[in-house]
Amino acid sequence: MIPAAFEYVRAGSAAEAISLIGEHGEEAKFLAGGHSLLPLMKLRLASPSVLVDIGRVGDLSYIRDAGDHIAIGALTRHMDVETSALLQEHVPLLAHAAGHVGDPQVRHRGTMGGTIAHADPASDLPATTLALGATYVATGPNGSREIAAADFYQGFLESALEPDEMLTEIRVPKMNGAGWSFQKFNRRAQDWAIVGVAAWRGAAGSGVALVNMGSTPVLATSVSAALAGGASVSDAAQLAASEAEPQSDLNASTEYRTHLAKVLVRRALEQASA
Amino acid sequence: MTVTDDRPAAVLGTRMLRREDPALLTGEAKYTNDLALPGALSLALARSPYAHARILSVDLSAALAAPGVVAAYAGADLSSLWAAPMPCAWPVTADMKNPAHYPVAIGKAAYVGDAVAVVLATSESAARDAVELIDVQYEPLPAVVDLEDALSDRVVIHDELGTNKSYTWDLKIEDHEGAIDEAFASAAHVVKERYVQQRLLPMAMEPRAVAAVPQPFGGDITLYSSTQVPHILKIMSAITLGIPEHQVRVTTPAVGGGFGSKLNVYAEELLCLALARKHKVPVRWNEERTENAVATIHGRGQIQHMELAADAAGKITAVRVRILGDMGAYLQLVTPGIPLLGAFLYAGVYDIPLYDFSCTSVFTTLTPTDAYRGAGRPEATYAIERAVDTLARQMGIDPMELRKRNFIKKEQFPYTAMTGLVYDSGNHLAAAEKAAGLADYEGVRARQATQNVPGATTLLGIGQASYFEMCGLAPSRVLASLNYSAGGWEAATVRVLPTNKIQVVTGTAPHGQGHETSWSMIVADKLGVSPDDIDVLHSDTAIAPLGLDTYGSRSLPVGGVAIAMACDKVIDKAKKIAAHQLEANEDDLEFSGGTFTVKGSPGKTMPLAAIAFEAFTAHNLPDGLEPNLEAHVTYDPPNFSWPFGTHICTVEVDTETGQVTVLQYVAVDDCGNQVNPLIVEGQVHGGVIQGLAQALFEEAVYDDDGNLKNASLAEYLVPAASDVPGLTLGFTVTPSPTNQLGVKGIGEAGTIGAAPAVINAVVDALSSLGITNMPMPASPHTVWNAIQHAQNGASK
Ligand SMILES: Cc1cc2nc3c(=O)[nH]c(=O)nc-3n(C[C@H](O)[C@H](O)[C@H](O)COP(=O)(O)OP(=O)(O)OC[C@H]3O[C@@H](n4cnc5c(N)ncnc54)[C@H](O)[C@@H]3O)c2cc1C
Repeated sequence: MIPAAFEYVRAGSAAEAISLIGEHGEEAKFLAGGHSLLPLMKLRLASPSVLVDIGRVGDLSYIRDAGDHIAIGALTRHMDVETSALLQEHVPLLAHAAGHVGDPQVRHRGTMGGTIAHADPASDLPATTLALGATYVATGPNGSREIAAADFYQGFLESALEPDEMLTEIRVPKMNGAGWSFQKFNRRAQDWAIVGVAAWRGAAGSGVALVNMGSTPVLATSVSAALAGGASVSDAAQLAASEAEPQSDLNASTEYRTHLAKVLVRRALEQASA
Repeated sequence: MTVTDDRPAAVLGTRMLRREDPALLTGEAKYTNDLALPGALSLALARSPYAHARILSVDLSAALAAPGVVAAYAGADLSSLWAAPMPCAWPVTADMKNPAHYPVAIGKAAYVGDAVAVVLATSESAARDAVELIDVQYEPLPAVVDLEDALSDRVVIHDELGTNKSYTWDLKIEDHEGAIDEAFASAAHVVKERYVQQRLLPMAMEPRAVAAVPQPFGGDITLYSSTQVPHILKIMSAITLGIPEHQVRVTTPAVGGGFGSKLNVYAEELLCLALARKHKVPVRWNEERTENAVATIHGRGQIQHMELAADAAGKITAVRVRILGDMGAYLQLVTPGIPLLGAFLYAGVYDIPLYDFSCTSVFTTLTPTDAYRGAGRPEATYAIERAVDTLARQMGIDPMELRKRNFIKKEQFPYTAMTGLVYDSGNHLAAAEKAAGLADYEGVRARQATQNVPGATTLLGIGQASYFEMCGLAPSRVLASLNYSAGGWEAATVRVLPTNKIQVVTGTAPHGQGHETSWSMIVADKLGVSPDDIDVLHSDTAIAPLGLDTYGSRSLPVGGVAIAMACDKVIDKAKKIAAHQLEANEDDLEFSGGTFTVKGSPGKTMPLAAIAFEAFTAHNLPDGLEPNLEAHVTYDPPNFSWPFGTHICTVEVDTETGQVTVLQYVAVDDCGNQVNPLIVEGQVHGGVIQGLAQALFEEAVYDDDGNLKNASLAEYLVPAASDVPGLTLGFTVTPSPTNQLGVKGIGEAGTIGAAPAVINAVVDALSSLGITNMPMPASPHTVWNAIQHAQNGASK
């Protein structure tokens, strides 16, 4: 449980962080809440030679009303997302899902930017923001660009971020009163989901995304298309795993995961449609 | 009468807060790894990544060249340090096979985690970095993971033994053999089931930690270790290392849980001792969590074949048990004896005339198993309680009713079982009825009838387990008949200091049980002093040289009773002094509330405080009486103690996902008189959760190559507070007639009752689907698979 030796630098601002990452190159990594990166380092599954600590970049911790969407700074902690009155009003699915990440200690340390950038298919908020049609803002040496959540996740722990880019903001469309549900199936409250479902349904249609059903968070587009075409909730739910390539692990076989996804999507849509 | 004491009206039986807790909660308590040891070297071990491999070569050169490294050794380099192989203190049969086992493997590694080389460096990180530089060449050999495969000797793990079978131990009772066959042949009902006791990781919150500190002159050495057994460790390390026993002192700082996993003599303890002596500096080692998962013993690991014969009325007439036990790669301290600790309990709480038990144990290429909370007894209770439920289902009668027909009756105690053991006291019907009341057993059955209709996706189930536990692990003579190499006594000293403060020296070694609190309560009650005036000294062989430590729910019924007896001796001596000073006849003195009074002369009194000072000054003692007020007792109890109870669990099963939700858990336990109900309840809480964890959450999962797949707390599912139900506790009180406190052990009872109660409830919920058995842990996936299997079977 002792990581390999590394250098440590602390950035005071986003601009400084980006220039430090540029300076140190491929072997450098941002350190935000550290709750994904440090466990990997302690198990020696990751050994970056330089850590650029962005934990104290204060100008990136905010939740703002930006008209049709809510803008969330990358360093906003899960606990702040969970308890934000603005999010509870306009994007209740995200606030609720944030309350299901790990345990209180994890939620006080882990950041919105960290969990998105880490791109873990088993994490709750990548799939939730994907279901909601969020946009992520990446900032690099040459300025900022927007990446749609649907284009962001490229493989297991792989995202569209360039090595010299920092994720700076998450933009989540307001839900405008749509019904929603977050289903997290696990064996212990503090654990990652064996399968999870984030879903909403309203005037604008529906969005369903799956947690831990493949190498990336999965947008269940077939389900939404079926609903748009007038299918019943239970018929649509049968399509839950159409886009997924679920793996087999200690908690669930591929077959069981597929089955769970169907059950949980049905339950989520029933709740979101109620 | 002048009363000088200010203790509460009664101390025994009150919910006194634990005196241990402030230091533990504030971080003032020091654990082994907190010790500041200037100049200490850190030990780190290279461990085999293969379950079974020949070690072709060990190249230490890169590690030796690494910064901070002082020394590095392969197994063969250390041979001269060992006077004997690592100890196994329980050769259960004369022909038991026991491979030579050294702290660092020589020639062959026999499980993933087996040490193959060690490094000593100036810091822990330097030592661990250097371990990564050790180059070991292996020739991988096939792993042996499955017990039946092991028994086949397809692959023999220890070449010198020629077989993987360690022993077969039979509990065959004269005259029973033919009668058993007859009973099964003529039975109206026969149950024949196979259960698997999965391997469990003990996962004490504090992993192990060791520090050996040599005295530069004179040759003495002090071993600090996070252990449950400082006394046994002292003797065994003296033997294994060939150090004169009087030069070894073992002491335990605070110990963060053990559950049996620290009832052992481990390679790292011997290595720290040996290398500290060799290098003449302190050597310490601190276990990592994932290292703990492979290098610390595992629990359970049995396949049980359980058979019951019953007559038409459901009266059980015979039990036949065949066990296949998983020893792991080597025999640790008491590995082979664990199944024997359950061998007598496969008849459970029932009056069963015929009994036949046999256990065969095998080596596998996995981490050694050994004692884990309950050790043998939860396994036995699981088998009989699951089988009784099956019998009830086969007969179409309520399992509670079937149990009542078979319980040993209150009037039958003390009850001599067919195994020859005498059960001291019990009242199973009372415990079962109390539990049924608390659980609203009839109400749940009624709800079940309306809820579990065809097509329902949330099924209700209720399950029961009634248990008898054999604990205390004494008398010594009975342990001898089981070939155990030590006794079962416990030592106590009670010393009244000149100012009437009291030192209690105990041979028990608490690691979370609250002995300091409970022992002070016993003494307070006996001597009429405030518990605050009593200090309890323990877990340091220099302070408490005699003792047999803490395991097997033995501390109170053996160690606590020894303390009460030492108090009696103190009172006897004090009485002589009081009689002398009061010029009264000893027989005319009464001792109460800390004061001697001459019967019939209330004015003639002498408090213990005055006697203590008289004993110290020795100015005016009776002729021939030694100064000072102190007594020592070594107590070897006449019998085990036999706690019992009934647990009832109510569950709901979501048949769409397989998720089991515990709706209610009722535990009614009887541990005789309770010294401190708060501590009793804490033991039951922890025990029940640990048993429930075996039923629903925990399992050491191995792949076919013998790799442990869930070696971290992220994957090995120890349930947290949010994952377990609130518990409803009830107690009946049936004092033990064999000790003066009337107490029985309670440390393991919860674990013993819980697993069968939970699984009986799960099977009960699913029985309408045709499900009759359920592997542990009943994870959602496992339950879902069973449902799929039952439904596919039904549709065929
Ligand atoms: C015990 C435990 C339980 C957990 N349970 C859950 C759970 O149930 N559900 C769940 O979803 N998560 C869970 N997590 C993960 C938690 O949510 C993490 O905090 C989160 O995934 C990562 O956020 P972080 O700020 O800690 O990122 P870090 O660990 O600091 O970083 C993660 C990765 O992202 C990179 N990174 C971080 N910030 C940025 C940025 N702004 N721009 C570019 N790259 C960046 C880092 O370089 C690193 O590669 C758990 C973690 C723990 C320790």
